[in-house]
Amino acid sequence: MTAEFWLTQAFNGVSYGALLFLLASGLSLIFGVMHIVNLAHGSYFMLGGYVGLSVVWRTGSFVAALACGALAVALIGVGMERLFLRRLPASQTLGQVLMTIGFALIFQDVALLVWGGDPYTIPAPAMLSGALRVGALHFPVYRVFIIAVAIVIGALLWLTLEGTRTGAVIRAAVDDAEMAQGVGINVPAVSLLVFALGAGLAALGGVIGGAFLGVYPGADFEVLPYAFVVVIVGGLGSLPGAMVGSLLVGLLDNFGKALFPELSYFTLFAPMALILALRPTGLFGRA
Amino acid sequence: MARQTVLAAGGLIAVGVIAPLLPSYPLTLLTQALISAIFAMSLDILLGYTGLPSLGHAAYFGVAAYAVAILAVDARAGFVTCVVAGLVAAAGTAALFGLLAIRATGTYFLMITLALGMVVWGLAFRWVSMTKGDNGISGIPRPELALPWSLGAPLPFFYFTLAAAALAWLALGLLVRSPFGMSLKGIRESQSRMRSLGYNVWLHKYLSFIIAGVFAGFAGILWAYYNGFVSPVDVQLVTSVEALLMVALGGSGTLVGPAIGAALIVFLKNFVSVYTKRWLLILGAVYIGVILFAPRGLVGALRADAAPLPPAEG
Amino acid sequence: MHHRDLRIIAAGTLLAFTAALGGPVSAPAQSGPVKIGLLVPLTGAFAAIGKDMLNGTELYLDEIGRQVAGRKIELIVEDTEGNTATALTKARKLVDQDKIHVLTGGLLASTGYALHPFADAQRIPTTYPVMASDDLTQRKPAKWVVRTGWSTSQPMHPFAEWVIKNTRFRKVVTIGMDYAFGWETVGGFQRPLEEQGGQIVQKIWTPLNTNDFAPFLAQVKRDADAVLALFVGRLALQFMKQYDEAGLRARLPLLGGGTTTDESVLPQMGDEAIGAITALHYSAAVDTPQNQKFAKAFAAKAGKITSYYSEACYTGARWVVEAVKAVGGKVEDREALLAALRKVDIKDAPRGPISVDRWGNPVQNIYVRKVEKVGGKLQNTVVATFPAVSQFWKYNPEEYLKLPLYTRDYPSCKAC
Repeated sequence: MTAEFWLTQAFNGVSYGALLFLLASGLSLIFGVMHIVNLAHGSYFMLGGYVGLSVVWRTGSFVAALACGALAVALIGVGMERLFLRRLPASQTLGQVLMTIGFALIFQDVALLVWGGDPYTIPAPAMLSGALRVGALHFPVYRVFIIAVAIVIGALLWLTLEGTRTGAVIRAAVDDAEMAQGVGINVPAVSLLVFALGAGLAALGGVIGGAFLGVYPGADFEVLPYAFVVVIVGGLGSLPGAMVGSLLVGLLDNFGKALFPELSYFTLFAPMALILALRPTGLFGRA
Repeated sequence: MARQTVLAAGGLIAVGVIAPLLPSYPLTLLTQALISAIFAMSLDILLGYTGLPSLGHAAYFGVAAYAVAILAVDARAGFVTCVVAGLVAAAGTAALFGLLAIRATGTYFLMITLALGMVVWGLAFRWVSMTKGDNGISGIPRPELALPWSLGAPLPFFYFTLAAAALAWLALGLLVRSPFGMSLKGIRESQSRMRSLGYNVWLHKYLSFIIAGVFAGFAGILWAYYNGFVSPVDVQLVTSVEALLMVALGGSGTLVGPAIGAALIVFLKNFVSVYTKRWLLILGAVYIGVILFAPRGLVGALRADAAPLPPAEG
Repeated sequence: MHHRDLRIIAAGTLLAFTAALGGPVSAPAQSGPVKIGLLVPLTGAFAAIGKDMLNGTELYLDEIGRQVAGRKIELIVEDTEGNTATALTKARKLVDQDKIHVLTGGLLASTGYALHPFADAQRIPTTYPVMASDDLTQRKPAKWVVRTGWSTSQPMHPFAEWVIKNTRFRKVVTIGMDYAFGWETVGGFQRPLEEQGGQIVQKIWTPLNTNDFAPFLAQVKRDADAVLALFVGRLALQFMKQYDEAGLRARLPLLGGGTTTDESVLPQMGDEAIGAITALHYSAAVDTPQNQKFAKAFAAKAGKITSYYSEACYTGARWVVEAVKAVGGKVEDREALLAALRKVDIKDAPRGPISVDRWGNPVQNIYVRKVEKVGGKLQNTVVATFPAVSQFWKYNPEEYLKLPLYTRDYPSCKAC
């Protein structure tokens, strides 16, 4: 195994982890504030991709696709939360599973109806194609872009959470919703904001992923276990956890596939099961 | 409660009586519904009675089904050998996974059981020499019992399955009414309280996990014989999720609810899909509708002692 | 109107007269429709392919006015939802409840293996227009099943010979999906290649749930001559793109199994697919009058280009109808219908001439195709044709069947 091999694989792992961060950070935050297990989160990713696809077909603008995809799905998320999920009694895991799966199935069928079953790729803008050459190494520009986006979003989230008042309010709601409500924080409004943010981020991931993973039926349930793995490994409700978790999962998945392809079905979930067995709340989570 | 039991028994008998009058396709669907009912009831023990929501229950179902498939097709093993092997496989897997999973609760339990289920799914794909991977194992012959009717025909096999389902229901019914079953319900309400009362909560949960696994395996064995075919689809996430849905639809903690939920889902999927391509949409809408209007499930809404909505947990 | 139709109407009228005059007692059964059961995925991950299959079938049946041998044809379509257990349940419904005379369709390899014992137990004449697992007509055939599509390694045998004779590629890296369809494709290519001086220098298998091929592409040996890729559906789409992005397209020419550039995904690919050379028993660009006519009719019906799946079901439907004609419409005589299915010989299908061998697999043309941009659209231009290729290629069938099925480890990778 040459240095070239390790560097390339590490880069691939980091870029994949970056995409996972977009997908999973929202899920982690949603869970942190609302304790909702949202099995439709993969659907947000997929729908974001499909909406982005349509926008690119219509307007040719990738930026518009990103914006519209994120916005459209954020709205869908808000609708789901406001009109349906809010009616569920608090923390009823089973009810959440049932309801969110119901939505996931509906989204799946609607996507089939609207976009048909053919697989597509979102055409990336010309300036993001090609590769950077560093010696014998080959770094596709698009993957660098994904890493850059994840870093920017991660930084923005971090700054907001740690540095602004809204962020403090959100953190309070994550730490202890009852107390937060008690000191006058409008927890339902916070929940809504976080939900919209989480859905929008997942959709953003879907548009960005749509250019190199593609947009196709089944993407929702294929990507969902990965989102859960990241969130569990990192710990529910923790942003640093989501960052570390996505990086870890991206690298583990990549190196696992490169070094032990026969075990690739296990290289992700066996470690996840082990981590949970040893630390039931994940690496950074709390009980 | 006794009235519910009588009603349920009556239902089973009624089904047994009308069976010979049914054309063979609805009959095979009914057989499928019974097998799913056993699977759903086994999950109810874990979820409804002990309060542990599992997203990996298909693992034990599938492991038993594969055991039967491998032995029946490759080794031409007899019925008893296959059944015993299937149950042992399911119990063994549950015993192993239980050790890893039991420490977690709530959402974390959901996640770790999901991961363990995915590991079994990966094994089913990867261990091609045993499981034939993606192709699956087909051609599983129906069991040869010393009966005057061949189990290859739909009606005799239906009665065979009905008997098995009745047996499972009786066994599980006795279990949940026993002191052990009562303590499970206590654990569902509050683990800390049970602990302070001196119960070995860990052991109770662990045993419940294994029992649930064994009965899931029982369903898996029937499934292998019914379909004649086993594949990684039988252990995939969607199968585990469907089991959860059956329990939630029918009403967790009622035993008979999940059985009804199972039958409903089997018929919804197979009947509705004959008439419209939009069956997924309808199914999704049904799930949402049930949760909105009957949050404790269809049967749960009627029962006072069904699992109440659990207290907030992490 | 076709001469065929006129003849059918004439025959039907004659039959009706004969029946009215007190003809054979079987006449009442003959007035009901001929029922064909079609199993296709209409929902789930393979819905688009299922639609192609359905459109192909319907196109043919509509062309003949849904009539054969004086009887109407009733097509009963059931959704397999893309999974084999459902396919089995629906197959049972078709046979028990709908009382079909012929069963056809299916997509997944596991469905093929699962329907074999079902067809034999039910004694229902069955055809597989798409399912390609080698052993279904080799070491594990079923009496009641006739394959009208292809077998996985069938195109790869002559393809390897073409590569040896027409290119300088001698050291090939293979990268394919890690399941039987991938193994049989690679195995079918490897065997003749290595017999004639070529070598497989690396075999990469991608797990079925891969969507990021980067870890695998990074391992491809850069000093090989070419890469043979086997992917299906959206994976083919993603692979093509990522192969290009990883800089491999510029260095290593791409060969492939036919599904890697099949028309079900080719239109969604970009210029990165140009130059890929693959082999299959069909291409939408086959330059014969009957294929052009078919392609045009299909595009008018479905609004998209025909893929191999749609041609497979178009010709598959024709196959069944030809067999029904051969038994004079007496589909209730199942043994006779099965025998007729095994004797159908079509000279002018869109893909070319087809007949069936002793094991129930087609003997047909194999096309080597190259992806080119013609008129602004990508197509699989035919660059070579191998006529009358059987599933055994030039090997002696008995000897061939004594060897194991192509699997992940067979033939072994001696030069890896």
